[in-house]
Formats: sequence, structure tokens, C-alpha cells
Amino acid sequence: MIFLPMNIAFFSIFLLLLAAALAFLFNRNQKFLIGVCFSMTTIASLLMVAAGGWAVGKGITNQVILPMGLPDLLFHLRLDPLSGFFLTVIGLLSFFVSIYSLGYVKGFLGHRSVTSLIIFYCLFLAGMFMVVLADDALFFLISWEVMAAASYFLVMFEDEKIENRRAAFLYIIVAHVGAIAILLSFGVMAGLATGFQGFSGYTFDAMRATNFPLGWATAAFLLAFFGFAAKAGVIPLHVWLPEAHPVAPSNVSALMSGVMLKTAIYGIVRVTFDLIGVFPWWWGAIVLIFGLVSAVMGVLYALMQHDLKRLLAYHSVENIGIILIGIGLAMIFTSYQMPLLAALALTAGLFHTMNHAMFKGLLFMGAGAVLHATRERNMEEMGGLIHKMPWTAAFFLIGCISISALPPFNGFVSEWLTFQAFLLSPSLPSPLLNLLIPMGAALLALTGALAAACFVKAFGVTFLGHWRGPHKPDVHEAGWTMRIGMMLSALTCLALGVLPTVFIDWMDVLSEQLVGAKIATSATGIGWMWLTPIAHERAAYSGPIVFAGIMAIVVIAYILLHARPAAIKRVPIWDCGFEKITQRMQYNATSFSMPIRRIFGFLFSIKEQVRLVSQYGHRAFPKKLHYHLRIRDLFWGWLYKPVVDASFWISRKVGRLQQGKIHVYLIYSFVTIIVLLVFLR
Amino acid sequence: MILYPFIIEVFQILLVLAVAPAFAGWVKALKCWSQGRTSPGLFQPYRDIIKLFSKDVVLAENASWIFRFTPYLVFGVSVLAGGIVPMLSVDLPLAATADVIALVALFAIARFFTALAGMDIGTAFGGMGSSREMTIASLAEPAMLMAIFTVSLASKSTSLSQMVQVIYSGQSVLRPSVAFALLAFILIALAETGRIPVDNPATHLELTMIHEAMILEYSGRHLALIEWAGMMKLFLFVMLGIAVFAPWGIAASGDLTAIPAAVLFMILKLAIVGAGLVLIETGLAKMRLFRLTEFLGSAFLLATLGMLSYFILE
Amino acid sequence: MNTSLAANINSFLAAMVLLTAFGMLVQRRMYGLIHLFAWQGFFLSISTAIVGFVAGAHHLYISSILTLSLKVILLPYILHILIQRLKIHKEVETIVNVPMTMMIGIALVIFSYHLTAPVRELSTLMTRSTLAVALATVLLGLLMMITRRHAVTQIIGFLAMENGLFFAATSATYGMPLVVELGVALDILIAAFIFGIFFFHIHTTFDSLDVDQMARLKEED
Repeated sequence: MIFLPMNIAFFSIFLLLLAAALAFLFNRNQKFLIGVCFSMTTIASLLMVAAGGWAVGKGITNQVILPMGLPDLLFHLRLDPLSGFFLTVIGLLSFFVSIYSLGYVKGFLGHRSVTSLIIFYCLFLAGMFMVVLADDALFFLISWEVMAAASYFLVMFEDEKIENRRAAFLYIIVAHVGAIAILLSFGVMAGLATGFQGFSGYTFDAMRATNFPLGWATAAFLLAFFGFAAKAGVIPLHVWLPEAHPVAPSNVSALMSGVMLKTAIYGIVRVTFDLIGVFPWWWGAIVLIFGLVSAVMGVLYALMQHDLKRLLAYHSVENIGIILIGIGLAMIFTSYQMPLLAALALTAGLFHTMNHAMFKGLLFMGAGAVLHATRERNMEEMGGLIHKMPWTAAFFLIGCISISALPPFNGFVSEWLTFQAFLLSPSLPSPLLNLLIPMGAALLALTGALAAACFVKAFGVTFLGHWRGPHKPDVHEAGWTMRIGMMLSALTCLALGVLPTVFIDWMDVLSEQLVGAKIATSATGIGWMWLTPIAHERAAYSGPIVFAGIMAIVVIAYILLHARPAAIKRVPIWDCGFEKITQRMQYNATSFSMPIRRIFGFLFSIKEQVRLVSQYGHRAFPKKLHYHLRIRDLFWGWLYKPVVDASFWISRKVGRLQQGKIHVYLIYSFVTIIVLLVFLR
Repeated sequence: MILYPFIIEVFQILLVLAVAPAFAGWVKALKCWSQGRTSPGLFQPYRDIIKLFSKDVVLAENASWIFRFTPYLVFGVSVLAGGIVPMLSVDLPLAATADVIALVALFAIARFFTALAGMDIGTAFGGMGSSREMTIASLAEPAMLMAIFTVSLASKSTSLSQMVQVIYSGQSVLRPSVAFALLAFILIALAETGRIPVDNPATHLELTMIHEAMILEYSGRHLALIEWAGMMKLFLFVMLGIAVFAPWGIAASGDLTAIPAAVLFMILKLAIVGAGLVLIETGLAKMRLFRLTEFLGSAFLLATLGMLSYFILE
Repeated sequence: MNTSLAANINSFLAAMVLLTAFGMLVQRRMYGLIHLFAWQGFFLSISTAIVGFVAGAHHLYISSILTLSLKVILLPYILHILIQRLKIHKEVETIVNVPMTMMIGIALVIFSYHLTAPVRELSTLMTRSTLAVALATVLLGLLMMITRRHAVTQIIGFLAMENGLFFAATSATYGMPLVVELGVALDILIAAFIFGIFFFHIHTTFDSLDVDQMARLKEED
């Protein structure tokens, strides 16, 4: 059989590596490179979607052992529905982003060489695909590092800016601390699987077959959760994320935010549900709590931002939190042997994974188009772009509606499913959980509403009103490849929101594989139009009717009201008779979020300064008013600064060993050899 | 295929369109009487809407398509929501379109676009209204969800027609959890529909208006649609409260003969709720914006107490 | 009146007691606070009477009447007079962060529910489920004493705590022996008088009833 999903996946990875090699060889002809290489990644991604979609749709599991790697440590690969699902997610977004990149990367032509961008872009994609395909600890970690290193170089792409270098450095440190934790976690599991004599425990199959004792399993889980949480940007391990994502080229930010974080979600699901399999309820509670904290804090921090890409980066923290809420609930339900409810919660979490990839990718692409057009990331300067960039604005708006969890788009469906999972928690046999879990539902509701507020701000300040900055740049609409990339993901958002039943039918095999129950029979119980988790008496939502219904009424109202010709008079803005209204008087990002900043101020470290410059030396005659606001991440001061200070202190101490004299170094070696000889005699 | 649920559905949507302005007029008239003013009568809102429909639209120069699309969307959402909340009978084909959570989200999308429209022109007032509206909405949301949670504990469902049926077959009368949820719902509904003490629907005073600030730039048929949708929203929140907490009178499944009685019951309950609303609005003053955290915090507290007392006491 | 209906009504009253406890936690105005306190006593006394009726424990009637006369009529009246005499009826207390206090209150209720779970399993009484509410009322009263600065609101917090204890006694064991309850009632009455005298003294010394002023009594500085 040559047409196995696995073979398609191989071919796709081969294409990506080929594209990287091409970029290396044909460094000279940059324009040609962009066209060829991004076309190749487009095809490769599409192939991966086919492979993943096929594996999930038919419930196929392929396993392959590659004759590569170290002796006795061959590479194991496996494509089961879970990896197929993540392949689809990653492939779909990288398909859209690759099309978008065809146009976007051209913006760098003439400024700098894009060869490194293309090479690492291809390696980055290949790394992500391989992580999901890996079926042993060694190959997993190698792919993980390929992914991390490639993304590091992508963040560093514009390396003449100091902020890029700093962000990349912070990113690589956190990524490595996380990778160490993951390595240790696999070490614990492998050691328990076969003992520490042989190496055969490093395959995931061996881990799957082992029943871990609770203490060791907990250690492995906590290490893995810590490691993957660092990659996913779960609060408090998120600080690298709002630094690294904004400075990367926008197509890369779309991929990093949209799908690279998802590999960490994949890791968590793989380790807990698949490799360990049996766990107590409080593991789920840990995941749930971290998810809730990330969701609420992520969106609150996002609200305080005025850098468009940074705002989106904080929203990734929020959405990872929402995904973890679903997974945490699924874990709690699983530990109490409630497979149906676990399947619902897991489906909600994984559905949101897909959705977040789509809308976050879309939003970053839109932000990239804005950046491309205005050379500006600061929203305080922007405004009125909807007139110059109508297409980008429309697509960005769809992204905003989706991420704000508003019907009939996709973000709403997954959040609604999460709410349904929450509402079913009273059937848990633990009274304490019964009382506490509803609080989580309230926090999720708060998150959704705050996200809506945040995106009213993001869209309103960027695209509506007038240009706020002093010099109005010559803004142009994004090129057609960029528009196609955005349009496709916008359409996917709509399709997933209107027809969730089709998608849930397709991904149902996943929950069967992981928690042993299907929800599709009940979820689509009364037809494809209605989504009815558990039972239709319980709750129902119909995406098609909501969408078609609203649109129909809008069209009817429009036609009825335009039956009689009524003129529209265009007039200047009403200025309340003030006559000196300027564009600086509009609400901007900072003023929009002021009420929320004041209400939730205790969660930030805020420094606000107002300075009055008086005209006649009296406060009553102010000439100018200077307002300075600085908002900082609370966690930086609490958690990271002590660590940074401590490591500087230690390195200063260690630095004393450095004498710069060759004799001293020879003495060190000499002493080491003597000590070794004494002990290893 | 049984046809009559579809007839009820169409009838109900027409009823929402027709009765919502009358309810708004009733509240206004009662308010006038209670404050010793002469009221313009029950039918003034109809006259207002008709007058606005016949006027030309005056649009700011830089208004984008969002500004023009919003009134239609808000209107569309309200009409669709009008088909979902059971008012006369539980046999509603559209009832399965959305449960309570989705219904709240439907109103949220209308609010989302209204807030965007507020920012579209680029005046300070619009932005101010949008900012405040979104802040209040985000504080109201957790309380709303907790109230839904509490009610769904008793009815084991978030589907509206199912909730009505469960309360019909209800065993206990004195449920503290439901009582708390009702109190919370009243507070939230006041916030969501922009009534005193959260927002003053009658004011155009610069610094106190919230909802009015967002729609300040609208005129002509756009304004008519928004006003009409606003009345429907108030009406629908009242109907939602009635369906969840006091559904008596709504015709049970398959019971056609009860429909006329259901209409009478509905009018009676609307009259009572309107009087209650006027009592609240004349008795209280509008709150400062930052006092609203306490107001909505109390709503959340009440809903949570409902949830707790369900588990502790029932 | 059958038992299940009585249990139902009793639960409802317990819920109202809890509500008034939360109301006192966030009420700013003096008179509002006293009214809430009186309502709490009122719900408590009805609940006691119902328990007494259902359980056939007739001494509970006396406790009920005692509660009614003491906590609904007499003590609020005394506090009323006190506030008028001291001319503090217009004072509005500033409470730090009401939503935060509410959240802590909710956490306390969950905590007391968790704490009383073993008792609930063992007990067979009709009132066993209200024990959590009773404990929560005690804790909320204490929380109120912590968050308030005014002496009068502190005493109300103290009295609310006593309400919780009384409620706990009724719900856990159908009330304490009558002698004990009479003693407690007398104690409260005397405590109220002593507090009243102290208020006058504090007021004349500091010209305010803000208990933070007492920090001035420290030796150093």
C-alpha cells in the first residue's frame, strides 16, 4: 500500500525539507525563492491535511519504525487519530499562512535576504509535523528541539533590533527549561516501563503498556505539564510569549500563536490520556485551575495592551487557558469514570484548539497586513483603516467575532460546548467539586465577555474612526495572495461555526480513542442542523438557523426599507458646537480600557503619572497635560525577577573562576584529573 | 408534519414586533403617572418609530459599512431571539435553535456591533459609550451565567422550552435557589437592558449616558431599527424572566385551546412586570459607573448563593 | 404541616438568614445594617418556632419568642437610640473592596459546607442541612467584624455571629437546654448595654467611633 496516510505525511515532510534545501542552494534569486518555496510548503501543508484528515476520518492507525537514529534507538513514528487531528490543525493553518506568505514575505525584498526566513520556516513546519508524528521519546524530543530552534531563528529574523534579540533569548531559555522538564518526564516514564537497564522503554508503546504507580505517575505528569505549559504560555510561564510573538514576522507569529502552542496541548493530551491513562481527579483540577487563571489573566492583560500584535499574543494565553479548561474537565470526568461527559469536555477542548488555530492565525495575518501597510504596531496611532483596507478589515472583523465567542462563528461553538461540560459537573459525586466548578464557569463567562470588549477595542481603534497618529502614512490594501490566505481562514471560521456537527462527527473517533465514548450520536441526534450535546432536551444550538435566520431578517429589513427611495445625506461629524474637534479627541486603546483597568487594577502593576504644565504658574490655567501610564505584568516582578537576580548573582560568583590566565585553567584540569583518578580508581 | 407549531412561531414573532413598543409605552406611561406628569400614551413609541422611518438618513462623512450594517443586524438578532423564547406555547420550532446561553450570546453579538458602530464615527462620545457598555457587559456576564447555572440545576437543562416544562411539573414551590436566581436575574436584566440604576434610557446628558452615547450619531430608519430592537430586547428579557421563573399560563405541548388564555396571561404579566420596573426606576437613582461593580457583584453573589443553597439546602 | 414542607420552609429561612448575613457584609448605611440585623433575627425566630413545632420540642417556642423580642425588637431599638444619641446616623462607612469581601464570603460558605459534611452524614435531623448555613453565618459575622472600622458595625457583626451560633444549636441538636439559652440571652443583653456605655466613652474620648483611632492608645510613638 503506497497510499497510507503515513506515506502522504512522509512525502509532505520530504517536500518541506526539499524546500529548505532549495532555499539554501538558490540563495541568489530571492523573488524566485519566495514563489517556489512557499508554493511547496503550501502543497506540503495541504498533503498533511489530507493525511491527518484521512487518519481521523477513517480512524486509521499507522505505525512505522525508521531505520534511522542511534543504534538501538530507532525512530518510531505513529499516525493515529489524535496525531491525525493535530496534523490537520497544523496543516490547515500552515496552508493558509503559506499562501499568505507568498505575498507577505515579498515585503522584505530589498530590505534584507529572506533565505534564512524560508529555510527556518520550512524546518519549523517540518518540526511541528514530526513532533505530532513521533512515537518515541527520542524522536519526539529531537523534533521538539528542531521546532524550538527554528522558531528561535524566526523570532530573531529582524535581528538588528535589540528587542528582537532579547525576546528570542527569553524565548529560548523558557523553551529549554520546558524541554528539560519534558525530558525528565519521559525519563521517569521510560525508567518505570522497563527499568533503568535497557533502553527499550523509550518508545511510547512501552509507556502505554505500563501501569505506573501513582507517585511516579504524578511526578511524570507534573514534569510534563510544567514543560508543555512553558511552551503553551500558561500563566505564570507566559512571559516569553508577549515578547516573542509580536517581534517575529507576522506569518511566523500566526503559526507560532496558532499552531506551535497547540503542539504543547498535543503533548499534554498525549501524556495524560494516552501514555499514563489512569489518574486521580486532582490532576484534572490542576489543569483546570491553570486553565482558568490563564484565561482570565490572559484576557485582562490583553485588554491593557496597545500594541496590536502583543494584544493578540496575550489572547493566545487566554485561549490556551480555555483549551486547558476543556481538557481539565475531561480529566476530572475521566477519573470519576464518566466517559460520556469526558468525551464532551474533551471535544470542547480540542474543538477550541482547531478554532483558535483558525481565528488566531487569521488575526495575526490581518495584523501583519496592517503592519505591512502602515509600518506601525501601536494602535494609539491607528484608525480609520477600514476605508483604505476594506478586505483586510472584513477578514479581521470575522477573526474578532470568532475569538470573542459570538455566534454564529466557531469560537462560540467550542465555548458553548465547554459551558455545557461545566453545566454537567453537578453529576460528579464529589460535593466539594460540585460547589467549586461552577465558579470556573463564571470565570469562563467573564473571559468571553472581556474578550469581546478587547476586540471591540482592537478593531474599533485600528480600523474605525480617523487616523490618530500625527503623520498619515500612505496605506494600501494587502496583496491578493495575502487576501486569499486570510479569506480562506475566515471562511473556515464561518464553516466551523455554522456546521459544527459535521466537524464533530469527523473528530468523534478521537474521544473514543482517548476516553472511550462517542458523543456524535447524541450531539447530532436530531439532525445535522442542531448541535445537541448529551441530549436534545438538555441543550441545543443550531448554527445554520442562527446564521441564515439573522441574515434573512437583515436582507428582508433592508429590502423593505429601501422600497421607498430615501436619500442618505453625508455630513461632517457633529462636534457639539465645539468647532475645534480633532482626531486626538477620539477614544483610543488606553481610554477604552480605562474602566476595566480601574476595576481590575489590583491584578496589574500600574504606574500612572499626570503632569500639568501651567500657563501662568497656576493650576487653573493648564497649558498642557502629560499623561504617562506604564502597566507591567505582575508575574515578572513576582516570579522572574528574583530568578534573574539570583542567576546573575550566581554567575558573578562563578565568574571568579575565570582568571584569564592559562596556568589557572591548567590547574583546574589538573585538579579534576587527580580527583577523578582518586575516585574512579 | 404538524403545521400548527409553525403558525404559533410566526404569530409569536409578529407579536414580539407588535407588542414590544406597547410595553415600552406602558412603562413610560406608568413612569409619567407615578411622577405626576402627563403621559404621551401607550402608543407613542409606535408614532416615534413611524416618524423615524419616514425621515431621511443623515450620515457622518466617514461612517463605514459597519455603521450602516449594525442597525439591521441588531434588529435581525432581536427578531430571531423573539422566535426562540417561549411566550405562548412550548411548541416552538425555533426553540431548539438556541438555549439560554446561546440566547445571551445572540444579544452579545448585537452589543458587539453596536459598540463598534459607536467607535466608527470617531467622536469621543461614541467611544465612551462603547467602552462603558462593554465593561458593564463583561461584569454582567459571570452573574448571568451563574444564574443560568442555578436554574439549570433544578431543570437539568438550559433549553428554554424544557425549563418551562420542568417548572410546570415542578414539585416544590419554595426553592431558595430559584428565588435567588430570580433576584440575580432582575439585577442583570436591568444592566443588560440599560435601565436605571445602571443606565438611564431617557438621558442625553453627555457624561452619564451609556447606550445612548453609542447610538448618538444614528438617524432616520437606522435609528428606528435600533430603537425598535431596543424595545424588543427589553420585552424579550421580561419574557425570558417570565418563561424561566413564572411560566404559568404558557400553553403546554399540543394544547392549542390554551393559546388565547396564554395571550391574556402574557398581557397581565407584562403589566405587572412593567409596574415593577417603574417602581425600581423611580425608587432608585442612577449609580456612578464604578459603583456598578458592586451592583453586578451583588447579582453575582445572589446567583452564587442560589447555586450554593441548591447544593446545601435542597 | 408535614415534615417535608417544614423542612422546605426551614431551608428557605436558612437561605434568607444567609442572604441577610451577606447583606450586612456589604451594607454601608447604619440604619440599613440594623434593619438587616432585625430581619435576620426575625427569620431565625420563625425557623426556631417551626423546628420546635415539628420536633415537638416546646422549649424552642420560648427561645423563638426570646429571639423575637430581644434581637428583632429590643436590640435594634437600643442600637437605634444609640445611633441617634451619638449623632452618627448620617455616617456612611467606606468599605474596602466590596466585591472582594463578597468573594471571601462565598469561599467561607463553601468552606463551611465542606467542614460540616461529616456531621451531615451522621445526623438524621430534619435541620441537618442548615448547619452549614449556621456555621457560615458565624464566619461571615467574624468577617464583618474584620472588614469594618466603625464600632457600631462591629457590635452588629458580633451579634450576627451570635445569631449564627444560635442557629447552629437549633440545627445541630434542636436547640440547647432552655437554661443555657436564657443565660445566653441575658449575656447578650448585658453585653449590649456594656457596649453602649463603651461607645459613649469612646465617642467622648476620640470624638469618633472609628476603631482605628484606638491605635492611638499604643505606648510608643
